[in-house]
Amino acid sequence: MRRAALTLFALASGALLLAACTEKPQTNAEGVKHDAVPWSGTGTQANTGTVFTAPGWKVGDKTAWEQQIKLRSNGQNEYTREN
Amino acid sequence: MARMKFVCDSERCIECNGCVTACKNENEVPWGVNRRRVVTLNDGLPGEKSISVACMHCSDAPCMAVCPVQCFYRTDEGVVLHDKDVCIGCGYCSYACPFGAPQFPSQGTFGARGKMDKCTFCAGGPEANGSEAEFEKYGRNRLAEGKLPACAEMCSTKALLAGDGDVVADIFRTRVLHRGTGAEVWGWGTAYGSQQAGTPPTGDKK
Repeated sequence: MRRAALTLFALASGALLLAACTEKPQTNAEGVKHDAVPWSGTGTQANTGTVFTAPGWKVGDKTAWEQQIKLRSNGQNEYTREN
Repeated sequence: MARMKFVCDSERCIECNGCVTACKNENEVPWGVNRRRVVTLNDGLPGEKSISVACMHCSDAPCMAVCPVQCFYRTDEGVVLHDKDVCIGCGYCSYACPFGAPQFPSQGTFGARGKMDKCTFCAGGPEANGSEAEFEKYGRNRLAEGKLPACAEMCSTKALLAGDGDVVADIFRTRVLHRGTGAEVWGWGTAYGSQQAGTPPTGDKK
């Protein structure tokens, strides 16, 4: 009885120690590089419920996103903003 | 759309390190890792110039060529990104990169040298857009939010430009054509009136 308890304890301890040796998989799920397209948006932040998406373009619309980025890029040109 | 590009105007950069701070804050980059930094040439001497340097998202990226585990990929927008789940932290990319972009955190899975970290053009990485996993590994995905990289948008003198390569090139071209020297410099009139550079002020002094 005592021996069985000790064996059980040793097995449980071993399993607990070995659990620390696990690691996350080192490859992508599909095995290839993938990334979502930027115009798919970032949605609402799960933890805060905040939407960080800039206003003025429709999420999911590639053309709208490209226009938004172009507009934002042109915003860096103070010659067109000030003159 | 053309490729996403950075351009830094050395005539405008004032070495304020605002871009570095913006990047660290936006992406919560760990201590000891600088995805972007300001390099000053001839520091303290006449003609001193500063430029802000990070990953230039090369069209033919040497880091991508030397990576033994093929962890790099390029998006359709020309942004060079990498997969930290595949990176083995060997450091080959840091030897290959002419800009010193790849950084290695000192506290990582591999002890002395962790998995590579670099500028993502604020485009996140191969995780769901805007997810916690993406933020934790790669930082904010501002492109998917319809914004440009924080460093460029934060630049006070607009020395650092980011965005569609064609647009950025047009902005820079306009700037170079307009700025000239002395009183021709943009903003001179606002700061000093119509007085020409080096000309003593006119009018009677009483």
